[in-house]
Amino acid sequence: MSPTLLRDVAIIGGGLVGSSAALALRRMGFSVVLLDKGFCGAQASGVNYGGVRRQGRPPEQIALSQRAHAIWPRLNEIIGIDGEFVRSGHLKLARTEVEMASLEAYAARVAELGLDLELIGSNQLRERFPWIAGNVTGASLCPGDGHANPRLVSAAFAHAARLAGADVLEHTPVSHVEKAPDGFYLSAGSATQIKAQFVINSAGAWAGPFAEAFGEPVPLNRIYPSMIVTEPLNVFMDVNIGAEGGGIYARQVERGNCIVGGMRGEPLAASDFSRPTGSGAVTIMNRAAALFPPLRHAYAIRFWSGTEGEMADRNPVIGFSRTTPNLIHAFGFSGAGFQIAPGVGEVLAELVRDGESRTPIQAFAIDRFARTAQSSRAGSVPEPIKRETAQ
Amino acid sequence: MSDILRPLIVGAGPAGIRAAQTLVGAGIRPIVVDEAPSGGGQIYRQRIVPDERSPQDLYGSEAAKATALHETFAQIRDRIDYLPETLVWNVRDKAADVATGNRTRRIDFSHLILATGATDRVLPFHGWTTPGVFTLGGSQIALKSQGCAIGEQVVFLGSGPLLYLVAWQYVKAGAGVAAVLDTAPFSAKFHLLRGLLAQPAVVLRGFRYAAELMARGVPVHFGVQPVRIEGKARVEGIVWRERGKERRLACDAVGYGFALRSETQLGDLAGCRFIFDARDRAWRPECDMAGRTSVPGIYIAGDGAGIAGADAAELAGERVGLILLEDAGFSVDRTRISVLERRLAAIHRFRDVLEAAFPFPDPWAGSIADDVTLCRCEEISVGHVRAAVRDQGVFELNRLKALTRVGMGRCQGRMCGSAAAEVLATACNQSLDSVGRLRAQPPIKPLPLEIAADGEAA
Repeated sequence: MSPTLLRDVAIIGGGLVGSSAALALRRMGFSVVLLDKGFCGAQASGVNYGGVRRQGRPPEQIALSQRAHAIWPRLNEIIGIDGEFVRSGHLKLARTEVEMASLEAYAARVAELGLDLELIGSNQLRERFPWIAGNVTGASLCPGDGHANPRLVSAAFAHAARLAGADVLEHTPVSHVEKAPDGFYLSAGSATQIKAQFVINSAGAWAGPFAEAFGEPVPLNRIYPSMIVTEPLNVFMDVNIGAEGGGIYARQVERGNCIVGGMRGEPLAASDFSRPTGSGAVTIMNRAAALFPPLRHAYAIRFWSGTEGEMADRNPVIGFSRTTPNLIHAFGFSGAGFQIAPGVGEVLAELVRDGESRTPIQAFAIDRFARTAQSSRAGSVPEPIKRETAQ
Repeated sequence: MSDILRPLIVGAGPAGIRAAQTLVGAGIRPIVVDEAPSGGGQIYRQRIVPDERSPQDLYGSEAAKATALHETFAQIRDRIDYLPETLVWNVRDKAADVATGNRTRRIDFSHLILATGATDRVLPFHGWTTPGVFTLGGSQIALKSQGCAIGEQVVFLGSGPLLYLVAWQYVKAGAGVAAVLDTAPFSAKFHLLRGLLAQPAVVLRGFRYAAELMARGVPVHFGVQPVRIEGKARVEGIVWRERGKERRLACDAVGYGFALRSETQLGDLAGCRFIFDARDRAWRPECDMAGRTSVPGIYIAGDGAGIAGADAAELAGERVGLILLEDAGFSVDRTRISVLERRLAAIHRFRDVLEAAFPFPDPWAGSIADDVTLCRCEEISVGHVRAAVRDQGVFELNRLKALTRVGMGRCQGRMCGSAAAEVLATACNQSLDSVGRLRAQPPIKPLPLEIAADGEAA
């Protein structure tokens, strides 16, 4: 048996949250082991749509989202690549008066939070975005939002963490973790033994059993957002598109391919992987062709889908365990984790170093579900805000 | 019993047609879906527009087989549901999504026979994307189907029996063949003598092609290492190395290929377990002797289950039809199955001889230059792949795809996947099987966004 690895922090799950936490912790001087059951960033972090979007998030996420917002333009300096990040703006479409009213209400609610939203009426929309067809009532533009390439960003964070001195152990699933008085003991892969002072549970859709092992069961479900990509086309779509009420989201990459999502796939049998359904893909394709005339004669060359953890209230779990000192959870990003993940990584590193973060995360406490279950008072659950799927 | 059986056959080549014929013989009405406008597959592809050419002109020594297969297909035409010019783009559970032009529909099946055949294995070298460069199969289809040659002075290059067959067909058709460049040394052909006992007709036919090419003054070079294709807007010449010397020949088209690769995407989508076939240097769905995959009710016949050629495909098509019937509770002619299996076994033994006579051009993957385009859809070079291995420690093909976009484009790796696996394995010093295979995703070929769905897709 190989000797036990002694590290300050063991991170379970090498998605964007775990990888960015590993990097931030190394920069603070902590020793870190990052564990993933497959390749880092091969699940939701690497195969999501790629929206880098603050608009549409519930107000309690905005501070965290703003923190991440400051990181995205600096990727080159942090991880050595720009990750194809483009500050294109995020344009959220309303297709009915009711949806437009909802966009207006949202803009009012987050007015003081620095998103600089601009509400656009139908005439102006047609003038500024003539490539959008159909009955669009109006839209809300968040000029500072954009999009990036998840395949590259997530793997690059893990790679940067490794270069910064973290032990990045891929294909090393954690089979057992327990707390002893002198720290955490983990067994992983075929023969890896680890002792760590802190454990971060950033295992995404697979985080539930780790939380439950420490007496903190959570309502974590799996979702399978599915996307289609077109052949490369002349660039026409100069903004990241979403829709109030969901159903479609789209962006065009520099190479010319359009990526369009809005439906869910299904898991493959006995596998951690999922695949779009034929009907879901056809629905997305038809919606895209109807909404964007330049796509009418285009071809879809590829579909894909990913496995993502979703919480019942669609907010993530971020913060210290309520049962186990030095255990930190960060999972359940509910199809909206890509943009905030690099900010979450920094927050997690602060929690390890300082025991608290300068960014408010109380809304994401893991015991909120237990508290809700105990409370008989109606209205104790924050009113959920309707959000787009999987961006 | 027959009303609950609704087998779907994908592909109307030698395997698909013989499978359909066998099922029809038992009173079953299969659905036959094929991408081509008429039956025959790639090997016995029919003309798009009738011309004065005879089957002898089109198929040479194989004319009788081609004609028999076409006649069989015509005879069973009203006892099958035949969907030509139709693509099976997705398989899930017991349903397939099939697209004809701008319409897609779902076909629920009781059994699935994949007779999807094979395409050329393409190995890139300098200039391989120059207009005027075709695969051997593509060169052959231009001639058979459209009655035109790919150029006036054509060089055929590569390895495999198809090299000589296509060159010979071009000469017979009166097209100019500037040279045949065989990447295997002449000595490799002595292996064919071993094959004389097993498949004398096939070997003698091959010798005849080569002899006739030489008799007509077509230079045949052995032990050739391709260096580059010259020309920008159009092929102007080819440079190769032979016994240490560089040689050049002017030409206006190049047809090349290095044996064939099985079309396996649908088997992957259907959830079939894959195994590595060392002879074909590729992963393919695992099949038992009878063509059963690991998924009950799903069968494979022909080159899609490993490269064995058209004669084997006909035999395997018939056999898989009989096996499907037997699995479904029909009583079948066991003697016939034994005969088919004996013949198939002989062909498979002969395949080893062919592989020795037309070996893979080692050490291609190590010697190819960094600036050669590997994945033409996504414009990724060989150097990109080597850099991903060097800088990011990549050792698996899907990870390579994620980090470099190799295999992510229009062809979904059907064109570049074999070469990418070879380059990756060599660069990271792993065996070819250990770098894995590209996971298939629907659609297996591009689909129009405005496709209209008749009912709910799978």
